[in-house]
Amino acid sequence: MIRKLALSALAALSLAASPALAAGELGEITDYSFSFEGPFGSYDRAQLQRGLQVYTEVCAACHGLQYVPFRTLTAETGPALSPDAMRAYAANFEVMDPETGDWRPAGGPDHFPPSGMETAPDLSLMAKARVGFSGPYGLGINQLMRGIGGPEYIASFLAGFDGREEMQAGTMFYYNTAFDGWVSMNPVLWEDGVEYADGTPATIEQQAQDVAAFLMWAAEPKLTERKRWGFVGSIFLVLLGSLLYLTNKRLWAPVKKKAKEA
Amino acid sequence: MSGIPHDHYEPKTRGEKWLHSRLPIVGLIYDTIMIPTPKNLNWMWIWGIVLMFCLVLQIVTGIVLVMHYTPHADLAFASVEHIMRNVNGGYMLRYLHQNGAMLFFAAVYIHIFRGLYYGSYKTPREVTWIIGMLIYLAMMATAFMGYVLPWGQMSFWGATVITGLFGAIPGIGDALQTWLLGGPAVGNPTLNRFFSLHYLLPFVILGLVILHVWAFHHTGNNNPAGVDVRKSSKEEAEKDTLPFWPYFVIKDLFALVVVLLVFWMIVGFMPNFLGHPDNYIEANPLVTPSHIVPEWYFLPFYAILRAFTADVWVVIAAEWISFGIIDAKFFGVLAMFGSIFVMVLVPWLDTSSVRSGRFRPMFKWYFWLLIIDFFVLMWAGAMPAEGIYTTISLIATAYWFGYFLVILPLLGVLEKPTAPPATIEEDFKATVRKSAGKGVAPEQIPAE
Repeated sequence: MIRKLALSALAALSLAASPALAAGELGEITDYSFSFEGPFGSYDRAQLQRGLQVYTEVCAACHGLQYVPFRTLTAETGPALSPDAMRAYAANFEVMDPETGDWRPAGGPDHFPPSGMETAPDLSLMAKARVGFSGPYGLGINQLMRGIGGPEYIASFLAGFDGREEMQAGTMFYYNTAFDGWVSMNPVLWEDGVEYADGTPATIEQQAQDVAAFLMWAAEPKLTERKRWGFVGSIFLVLLGSLLYLTNKRLWAPVKKKAKEA
Repeated sequence: MSGIPHDHYEPKTRGEKWLHSRLPIVGLIYDTIMIPTPKNLNWMWIWGIVLMFCLVLQIVTGIVLVMHYTPHADLAFASVEHIMRNVNGGYMLRYLHQNGAMLFFAAVYIHIFRGLYYGSYKTPREVTWIIGMLIYLAMMATAFMGYVLPWGQMSFWGATVITGLFGAIPGIGDALQTWLLGGPAVGNPTLNRFFSLHYLLPFVILGLVILHVWAFHHTGNNNPAGVDVRKSSKEEAEKDTLPFWPYFVIKDLFALVVVLLVFWMIVGFMPNFLGHPDNYIEANPLVTPSHIVPEWYFLPFYAILRAFTADVWVVIAAEWISFGIIDAKFFGVLAMFGSIFVMVLVPWLDTSSVRSGRFRPMFKWYFWLLIIDFFVLMWAGAMPAEGIYTTISLIATAYWFGYFLVILPLLGVLEKPTAPPATIEEDFKATVRKSAGKGVAPEQIPAE
């Protein structure tokens, strides 16, 4: 209901909103349904853990996650690893100690390493830096109804290699239907490329959605907390507004009565 | 304080008298809060309070954000992420500040257009109007510099484009741009000075707001009927007005809470909807975004800036007359600033004998066309500057200037206004009766 209210209230604003996101031609983006959508949606812990696995085994080879501290992997609203599991996981990464200048295994307070490859962008905020839906005609209705679509873009991108390859100036390019063009990143996901501990079948689409969800968490780790604020605040404001409405009605009643009679 | 006769503060106890004879501050507050306010104010008169709230919200959240932010080109982006991830409630502070700027502009646009419809700029409120326009200019400068601080891609390239406007000024342009940026291009010195000014300007705005409020407290509020409060005696004035406290304070607070409910839901459930995704990519001087667009609240003026390409006849004429000093780029800059300057001049461009648009049958049409025009410009500003979009921008820009420079001066002569009510009391009675008779929804009843 809150979403509906917000939507109708925003209808006027949507005209304004749109345009920022109108730019750029989009390819084929699948409107995947994620657990964290809508005003009450939150992250699916098991999915985030699977996504973390895909990130670690596949993406981390080239990409970094430099703004995400390992300790946040224990967050209740996030992947919720146990502190021991988190520390064991962090120890797989080497970081430069800022005080001694030596390399050592990472611990909880350290961040994920930055990208190891210069052409591979950092993924910390990628889910908020990409657009899955826009328009129509720059009016912003699509992103109002479906969300901005960063995770949908990432999942569609990872599952969007159609097998075409082309050598251009000594570099291999791969066709991607989500990007709607040639990209230098090669297809990285394969059927059963990872083996999920919880027994979920590791199809390409499954892996793509899991890692997209994980990257959304990496970009917006406080999403659940923020929505909770949104909900509690809205309830409070509705109550306060109702009381003020009644106060105002009462306050003006004698003035209006007089105006009606006189 | 105002020219409307009303009660003043009388110190009663010895302590009150002691203070009052030394510093009459209680009397000043009393007169401000108890100002006689026209009974017939409708719901469009609530945006001042919303704007006041916005200013306080932005200052308070801003001051706390500064405690955790690092104004350095290498560290700014990471420090914003630090706020989003590590600072207690930091994600709410930042989203409130970011979306708060948008609420500020949404409210100021409604406030300005309300003034344009009800003739609030007309004598004797010209100074209130001009101070308001100065506040709006200061708001634009503040918002622009604030947008640079997170040091994302749009921050960086927006700063490059907007400071480039000053570079378009003939002769001194390049030197001026270098001076503004603190170097040949946007860099760390730019970030530092923008940070400093972004902290300073809100307090300048606060000072201007005090002048703005003082000015209209002196003249009294305008009102939907546009007729003056009767001032010959206190009894008569009281038939037209009610004290600001409690009648309008409670009404405004109710409206503020309704507005805040929408605002809070945006912050809580869709805080990035109105922003640009590219600003979640750290500034990179080597990679230009394919499409540089400002935030939505600047788009109408951005469209005016880009509307004048070298093949438009007025640009060609200006270039020929000025011996090439005014090129298309500089013409666009002049048009953009001019589009705001014509609003400053509106008290003298509007020649009508009636204040309120309610009693101006022809004016209404042109006014609502101006509102549509504003949204068309906003939409065109977000589209690529090519093909049909420049043509649309140009037509919409022509209407913007035409409204202020041609239509308003002519309407005052050509139009025959209908008769406004004789007094505010009469207007108030009429609206109360009308709403009671028809059972209109409460939000349409004025002054409730």
